[in-house]
Amino acid sequence: MDAFTTLTGIAAPLPMANVDTDKIIPARFLKTIQRTGLGKAAFANLRYNEDGSENPDFVLNKEPYRKAEILIAHENFGCGSSREHAPWALLDFGIRCVIAPDFADIFHNNSFKNGILPIKLPREICDQLMEDARMGENARISIDLERQVVVRPNGDEIPFEIDPLRRHLLLNGLDDIGQTMQRGTAIDSFEARQQAAQPWLYG
Amino acid sequence: MSATKPRTLYDKIFDAHLVETLPDGTALLYIDRHLVHEVTSPQAFEGLRMAGRPVRRREGTMAVIDHNIATDESRYTGRIEDPESRLQVETLEKNVAEFDVPYIPLTDARQGIVHVVGPEQGLSLPGMTIVCGDSHTSTHGAMGALAFGIGTSEVEHVLATQTLLQKRAKNMRVTVDGVLPKGCTAKDIVLAIIGKIGTAGGTGHVIEFAGSAIRALDMAGRFTVCNMSIEGGARAGMIAPDETTFEYVKGRPFAPQGEALERAIAWWKSLPSDEGAHFDTEVVLDAAEIVPMVSWGTSPEDVLPITAVVPDPASAKDEARRDQLQRMVEYMGLTPGQKLSDLKVDVVFIGSCTNSRIEDIRAAADIVRGKAVAPGVRAMVVPGSGLVKKAAEAEGLDAVFKNAGFEWREAGCSMCLGMNPDKLTPGQRCASTSNRNFEGRQGPGGRTHLLSPAMAAAAAITGHLTDVREMA
Repeated sequence: MDAFTTLTGIAAPLPMANVDTDKIIPARFLKTIQRTGLGKAAFANLRYNEDGSENPDFVLNKEPYRKAEILIAHENFGCGSSREHAPWALLDFGIRCVIAPDFADIFHNNSFKNGILPIKLPREICDQLMEDARMGENARISIDLERQVVVRPNGDEIPFEIDPLRRHLLLNGLDDIGQTMQRGTAIDSFEARQQAAQPWLYG
Repeated sequence: MSATKPRTLYDKIFDAHLVETLPDGTALLYIDRHLVHEVTSPQAFEGLRMAGRPVRRREGTMAVIDHNIATDESRYTGRIEDPESRLQVETLEKNVAEFDVPYIPLTDARQGIVHVVGPEQGLSLPGMTIVCGDSHTSTHGAMGALAFGIGTSEVEHVLATQTLLQKRAKNMRVTVDGVLPKGCTAKDIVLAIIGKIGTAGGTGHVIEFAGSAIRALDMAGRFTVCNMSIEGGARAGMIAPDETTFEYVKGRPFAPQGEALERAIAWWKSLPSDEGAHFDTEVVLDAAEIVPMVSWGTSPEDVLPITAVVPDPASAKDEARRDQLQRMVEYMGLTPGQKLSDLKVDVVFIGSCTNSRIEDIRAAADIVRGKAVAPGVRAMVVPGSGLVKKAAEAEGLDAVFKNAGFEWREAGCSMCLGMNPDKLTPGQRCASTSNRNFEGRQGPGGRTHLLSPAMAAAAAITGHLTDVREMA
């Protein structure tokens, strides 16, 4: 996983609530055994017409948003299926940060595991950032994870909250499996305790 | 935590699986049961392979194939036609062999949808922590377990360590008291709940479903309710284990037997929430007020009684909601003010991890018996497992459906999610017993109306969404 420290880039406005993971990547693209290469499937049902041509009205098909690295959206982003293909598709498209009033739990979790930073900010602030995003190329937004601020194009800094452990893992690009494996002894003794108390789980 | 402080069902199972608490308060939670399927596991096994890590507890793991397979007999006779699906299935088979993970293959009578197979085999038991790379893992919470969906990185984490890093969720209790009116089912209860709390109402929470109407449900009904917890935003939904649960567990192949079962039941009886336990959020519904429900829009919160009409976007409370309603009305091909019971359907799908158990199939058969599918409607029944299919055939239910013009298919996820050959074509309208009505969920441009098995059967017979209470 790539570390996330700072990011300055174009933000795409996606003023929709309940952007579900079927919308982020429809199920027909889940028949892959790899994590990469899913960028072309991101938002496929919105991005392409039935004949496969691009839908010129969809924001990610417009300049400069083809190069967007940040998405601004409305409430409950990432609801629905647990598919990690959703953050994989966003990442492969080039998105490293999603800003919304709130996120569905599983998507929120999956994002951190892939170096995508989901930032929760109040709706009125998201609305301001949405207006910034509509200004396109001239309105780059910056994220500073170390300082936990979003910097608007006018220089205003907006602080955001983030879980300290997740911030640490993201800043350092660490995967948590290696860390948990170091707690193998604690897991061993848990299993011994549980087996004594609930032997039927170890039939 | 003081031992005397009243705790919820969720708190008790969480505490019983706490390996360690990290300095920042994150819990390392032990996972008893890990269910694996072909779509969300290949990258996880690849991760293990790259790091040279084994599967920590093979006997805590079970793999099945359900999402991407065809539900006709072609899957037994030759190789899987779609090359990508074939590769995914072959990859799972290679992985379970290499990592020595227990596996129920496609040709096994026990094969089926992972959330039907787990409880059916006794792999899912009360008091367990259960995970799977699928958001509808919440289904297993009906056993009185803590069960939730995870992403592929977490699948790899569980395979390698049999644990997950978790923050404690908030407790929500949804109490449904009273007697459910005739024609209403567990599906109507859960659709009514989601309509009330909204699709993000349970975010950050684990829901405990309680009350006399929930207690009165059989296990199939309880699975249906917990299955759709995630549609209300909650990763997990649970129902306290009781005699109904214990009776269900008895005799299942992987369940404890004899003295071990007695000992297990003694522990399971200690799990229900204590009197006075704290719930951060409480929601109450009166079962007597529930009517047969149907979704009209493209989010599971957009549900209405079958007696209602299509909402008018002009009456929305604000501009954002108006835009949302407008988009849904257009996508779904509806006219504001139109009666929901006037909507003609092209396809009827009875199946999915929400509603594909024998009880669901019986409820649909009771409506269909002696009648015929309306002209021009494609109607299908997809049992949740090979064993459900066999049981239904033993009762002659396959003949009820086939005689009426239904397709009687092989077990799998089928038309719930549009990643196998069972898909809607653009513009088709489907009465579906599945769980999600998102845009394109059942195939690009498809239009989904969520409802109960009896309501779906009624729609197949009349050719339009129908109030099942009016069926003779």
